[in-house]
Amino acid sequence: MAQEEQTGRSIFTDLDDSSSSKEISKWQRTARLWRETLRDHWGKLTDELSVKLSLITVAAFVLIAIFAPFIATHPPLQRQYQSDAGIIMDKWAEPAILGADTGYILGTTAEGFDIFSQLVYGTRAALMVGLIAAVFTAGIGTLVGLIAGYYGGKVDDALMRLVDFLYGMPLLPTVIVLVAVLGPNLWNIIFALIVLQWRSTARVIRSQALSLRERPFVKAAEVAGAGDWHIISRHLAPNVLPMTFLYGSFGIAWAILAEAGVSFIGLGDPNTVSWGTMLQASRAYSALEFGAWWWFVPPGICIGLLVISGFLIGRGYEEITNPKLQ
Amino acid sequence: MKNDVLLEVDDLKKHFKVNQGWIASLMQSVSGGEPEYVHAVDGVSFNLHAGETLGLAGESGCGKTTTGMSLVKLHEPTAGDIVYNDKELSKATDAELKEFRQNAQMIFQDPFESLNPRMTVYDIVAEPLRIHDIRNETARVQRALEFAELLPAEQYFDQYPHELSGGQRQRIAIARALVLDPDFIVADEPVSMLDVSLRAGVLSLLDRMTDEFGLSVVYISHDLSLLRHMCDRLAIMYMGKIVEKGPTDQIIENPQHPYTQALINAVPVPDPDVGRERVELQGEVGDVIDIPTGCRFKARCPEYIGDVCDKVVPPLEQKVNAEQDIACHIYESAEGYDPYEQLADERQERNVDASDTSDDTESVSADD
Repeated sequence: MAQEEQTGRSIFTDLDDSSSSKEISKWQRTARLWRETLRDHWGKLTDELSVKLSLITVAAFVLIAIFAPFIATHPPLQRQYQSDAGIIMDKWAEPAILGADTGYILGTTAEGFDIFSQLVYGTRAALMVGLIAAVFTAGIGTLVGLIAGYYGGKVDDALMRLVDFLYGMPLLPTVIVLVAVLGPNLWNIIFALIVLQWRSTARVIRSQALSLRERPFVKAAEVAGAGDWHIISRHLAPNVLPMTFLYGSFGIAWAILAEAGVSFIGLGDPNTVSWGTMLQASRAYSALEFGAWWWFVPPGICIGLLVISGFLIGRGYEEITNPKLQ
Repeated sequence: MKNDVLLEVDDLKKHFKVNQGWIASLMQSVSGGEPEYVHAVDGVSFNLHAGETLGLAGESGCGKTTTGMSLVKLHEPTAGDIVYNDKELSKATDAELKEFRQNAQMIFQDPFESLNPRMTVYDIVAEPLRIHDIRNETARVQRALEFAELLPAEQYFDQYPHELSGGQRQRIAIARALVLDPDFIVADEPVSMLDVSLRAGVLSLLDRMTDEFGLSVVYISHDLSLLRHMCDRLAIMYMGKIVEKGPTDQIIENPQHPYTQALINAVPVPDPDVGRERVELQGEVGDVIDIPTGCRFKARCPEYIGDVCDKVVPPLEQKVNAEQDIACHIYESAEGYDPYEQLADERQERNVDASDTSDDTESVSADD
């Protein structure tokens, strides 16, 4: 056959020295594709009323947190009574929204703090804990899961035994111990939460990576000569990203709940106001007994609203990532 | 015959360890047992010439896909080697391996699984170029897509695989394999997942690809009529070994190995008046973990001729009066190999062993 002469012939031969003027700008294209994907997801996400309401709630809390100094009527940790002179004594002031003529929207606490201002500043602590903890748990969990799932073998064994070990530790008691050792500080609470929370993300992402790495498109990339990092970042990561987002959004809610729990026990940061420390103070001063429900109900409602919104957004996102739920 | 060998496969073996869990393997190491292996590919040798199309056929589980994957280095061979450009791949440096990667591509069976669902067509086809740092990305991608008859190419750039049909996806997989301008492609059942109506189009594309690029293709399929249409040479595999190898026409028209005969007999003939003697195979493929002694086909073979089949492994060799290589004892070797001699040798060995009281594990197990 005459194919010997044809070897080396190709449809690309004339291309090799032509200029690259027609090259598509990579960054522009990538940005456009990302925009399209995000718009698509956003459209699907806001399709449902519950998700829409949740997004509005979260947005409202974010705005409150950002503009807290302008919204709060008083500094949150300034006592609203003046010492021995006894001019203003606003301990246990009734809330103004109930018609009391005290000038404090939600009244004051037994210590004389303005409850409304505490609530507003507490939003900051809640969102900070929620967002930072969620970003790090989802990030660390995804990275560990991908590496364990892709490399398998001994790497997988080592990382997953570490995850098993972490699963052996109950969340709240461990956070309490860690915070007690490290000191009651918002950052230590966040740190303790991250240390314990990445375990579930890592496990789920690993299982995904295990099945993904056997898929033919990963094999095709391998045949093309792709390295490990290329495969992990271009082929595995984009396919587990929805899962990461999902665990991130659930992580926000869990972190807020855990922070409130730790603060309620009394290990919260004494220098910052959070909804958890408010609840703890109200318990310490037996607000329930005195019928001062305006002290502990508002922070409870805020925690509930934010956590439920987080879960609902997570659920909504789950429906995008898992078409079987639709 | 052409003698410009592109790829030389030399006694390739790929065994997979049977995963038993760590408790079982711990027990095994305590009791001193040996781990079990699946002998997926067990000593396959062939040459792939430049510009040649070679077909690998056989029933499910015979190791044809594993062979194909080993050819593009998706598996590290257990033993044996692949020689490319006079270099043994097991000893190749990273740079040489990279060059090999650039010249060896694969087309997968399932076009729904072989394209990353989160990448656009453009990114999928351009990916090999980015890995190998080849310039002129856009022009090359466009050329490859146009060659794969996806016209106009620009229209497909931003589409995701789920927006395309199976045939279009397989064309994209072909474009991706071609974009690096490889020397050879392994096509693993390239059309078996496609609708029958789309097969002809993809097959003619593959045909054109072989012609215009002058590249070598290894087709893996169980479909003999497809292989007959596409391939210059055929190799029939059974339980990890090639049982018959030769020019396609020769093997299809005049099959010699009992297994090949059965395989070809199983292909339906679209003519009700054609009566033919059917050779139907009994039983299932043998145990690939505990390989039987002698010929692997002996338990299902209609031409079983006794002890020699049971004890002596038939080598793949030139036979008298046949153009193809056959691994079967019923034909006389043209290379002067006498299986009965070996049988006699083995018997003698066994007798020596039997008289010897030492329990040498290497001896042939005398179980009867």
